[in-house]
Amino acid sequence: MTGKALILGIGNVLWADEGFGVRCVEELARTLSYGPEVQILDGGTQGLYLLPFLEEVDAMVVFDAVDYGLAPGTMKVVEGDEVPAFMGAKKMSLHQTGFQDVIATAQLMGCCPAEIVLIGCQPVELEDYGGGLRPATAERIPDAIAIARDWLAARGHHASAGQTRTDDLADASLRRENYEGNRPSETEACRTGDARFFPAEG
Amino acid sequence: MVLDTPNGFSLDNSGRRIVVDPVTRIEGHMRCEVNVDDEGVIRNAVSTGTMWRGLEVILKGRDPRDAWAFTERICGVCTGTHALTSVRAVEDALGIQIPDNANSIRNMMQLALEIHDHIVHFYHLHALDWVNPINALRADPRATSELQQTVGPNHPLSSPGYFRDVQNRLKKFVESGQLGLFKNGYWDNPAYKLPPEADLMATTHYLEALDLQKEIVKIHTIFGGKNPHPNWLVGGVPCPINVHSTGAVGAINMERLNLVSSIIDKTQEFNRNVYIPDVKAIGGFYRNWLYGGGLSSQACLAYGDIPENPNDFSPEQLHLPRGAIINGNLNEVLDVDPRDPEQVQEFVDHSWYTYGEPGRGLHPWDGVTEAQYELGPNAKGTRTNIEELDEAAKYSWIKAPRWRGHAMEVGPLARYIIGYAQGHEDIKDQVDGLLRDMDLPFDAIFSTLGRTAARALESEYCGRLQRHFFDKLVQNIKNGDETTANIEKWDPSTWPAEAKGVGMTEAPRGALGHWIRIKDGRIENYQCVVPTTWNGSPRDVQGNIGAFEASLMNTPMERPEEPVEILRTLHSFDPCLACSTHVMSPDGDELTEVKVR
Repeated sequence: MTGKALILGIGNVLWADEGFGVRCVEELARTLSYGPEVQILDGGTQGLYLLPFLEEVDAMVVFDAVDYGLAPGTMKVVEGDEVPAFMGAKKMSLHQTGFQDVIATAQLMGCCPAEIVLIGCQPVELEDYGGGLRPATAERIPDAIAIARDWLAARGHHASAGQTRTDDLADASLRRENYEGNRPSETEACRTGDARFFPAEG
Repeated sequence: MVLDTPNGFSLDNSGRRIVVDPVTRIEGHMRCEVNVDDEGVIRNAVSTGTMWRGLEVILKGRDPRDAWAFTERICGVCTGTHALTSVRAVEDALGIQIPDNANSIRNMMQLALEIHDHIVHFYHLHALDWVNPINALRADPRATSELQQTVGPNHPLSSPGYFRDVQNRLKKFVESGQLGLFKNGYWDNPAYKLPPEADLMATTHYLEALDLQKEIVKIHTIFGGKNPHPNWLVGGVPCPINVHSTGAVGAINMERLNLVSSIIDKTQEFNRNVYIPDVKAIGGFYRNWLYGGGLSSQACLAYGDIPENPNDFSPEQLHLPRGAIINGNLNEVLDVDPRDPEQVQEFVDHSWYTYGEPGRGLHPWDGVTEAQYELGPNAKGTRTNIEELDEAAKYSWIKAPRWRGHAMEVGPLARYIIGYAQGHEDIKDQVDGLLRDMDLPFDAIFSTLGRTAARALESEYCGRLQRHFFDKLVQNIKNGDETTANIEKWDPSTWPAEAKGVGMTEAPRGALGHWIRIKDGRIENYQCVVPTTWNGSPRDVQGNIGAFEASLMNTPMERPEEPVEILRTLHSFDPCLACSTHVMSPDGDELTEVKVR
């Protein structure tokens, strides 16, 4: 029987290519349709707050910008025990030691997903505060999603074309289109942070 | 060379220099350098933030109503607090009155964050400075059970079998070679004083706290729609209430309120039966280690928080105290006004920024964030690989905030000292009770342990406040008020062409302020002065040292090459440099490097 799976994007959208992981899950939710057994989550730079999500699943995909010392825009996929080691290989960003700790804590609690894959991309630019993804990084998103889709399919989680509805993505003002477009008009983005409160007009 | 600071410390940098970089188990990147004398006592301390985050740049030109979502991303731990501070700043600027229910819900969310952070900090970031999990493997489970029943008789999980199971689990984890969380420890350092049974008890509670923290944050999921990154709203809260009818998807109903209520109870049981007893039990073994007081006996600052009524931030209406103590005078708690240009000012003489002229202080509304990275003449190493800082020059990415010229400590201990000095009944009862139980004099509170204990007491007090606001919310709903937002001024066409405002909160780690200027519907200037900017502040032009620096002074180290004591005291502040510092060292070793020169 196929269990549950988590697709997690981590990183900070405010620091250019640091946002790669979060943008991947955003795009994935927009282009692939998964059933309720697959959760898609923008994990930001959160640490222990993510623990409950890990313990509910058997397989986990993590998208992240990771400094492997490769050419910018290069993808690298690592699995299983290599994941924490790779995330700690270089102290590139704020959150990485944090997420390593989340995995270690999940292991200590005996609730770490049995299978983990880290789909990483070597960033081009990090020090552009408030900036968006650089083209060489953004171009990798479809590849990253395809890798995740195939990896999950091999574990019994099949996607169809379409969208996955989820509340677990970034606030509208921070989604890539709005964030990079800088000044969204109200019709493009619900600024309340919650569509339940301000129902869509007409 | 010996240098006397105006705030009462004698700095001597002639001894061996020890560099700790990065300081681990904190948010963000931080470095600390100290000089120790021949006896291993710290005689000079230098704390520095090694990153610049540029938030002020990011927010310029954005919609003020979206600022909360951006500020929520500054940091991995105090997300909600920044969001709350941000919406308060915008509401203050635009004169927006929030509904009563929104105030109660925001308070409950803020209190949940406060409690979550305190528990996670104590068990998962700070405990390992006092507790040795490797030593726990040697404990006798039966004796551990007896210890548990003595220190926390109301905690049901106390059987020898329970502790044996945990010990076996721990053994398996350690034997698998994963050490993971417990790596980088100095486990044979004589600074660790607990018997194995206390180590096992505390390590067991480390695991229990992991389970509990997942429950606490459900309050954010319920009121904020999701977690991580709950939703906030300028004008109120983005969660509709609907307790009477069915069908409103996602609205707050009785079932959800009941869940909140049960989480409040569960958390409070943990605070009372586990957290506070642990602090007392562990503290008891370290009762002679009363170092680390730093500025706490001299200068404390709190903005206050948890308003009883919406938009009313007058000090007597705040459940978490507001005020300032200077020159060690606890008989007088001074008024704090974050709008007064003479009170809160930031200086950059020892920070990697420039205001164009030396010695200048700027109020945050007029704040400028212009980087100027240069090392002093006595710094060792290179610009990209600093071996030793020159603290007589610029040496940190953290600005130096001052209150009427004074370096201040902020955080749970500062709040508790201010509350105590004001005669705040709940706080006074808690502090007196703790000191009595531990048979310690009042002055013992001015210490690393005092900081740690104040956090535990505050967690329990916050639990009581949560119950208060829960009851208030339910009563208000029963009275027929289901309003959660005021959207009269949602449309920017209703705003003045120019406006400025300030939002204040007490973040878990201390006083947090956001100052905003709005022009033509957009953010013109946004400045955050965060708690770790206060505590992690570098020196100022007068030579006053900051709270971290002060707290390390005169602490003896068992083994200077193993900075247990430095970590212990720095961790007691719950430093969060993710938002206080603002270029990062792009590369670095995963392990903390400790260099002795």
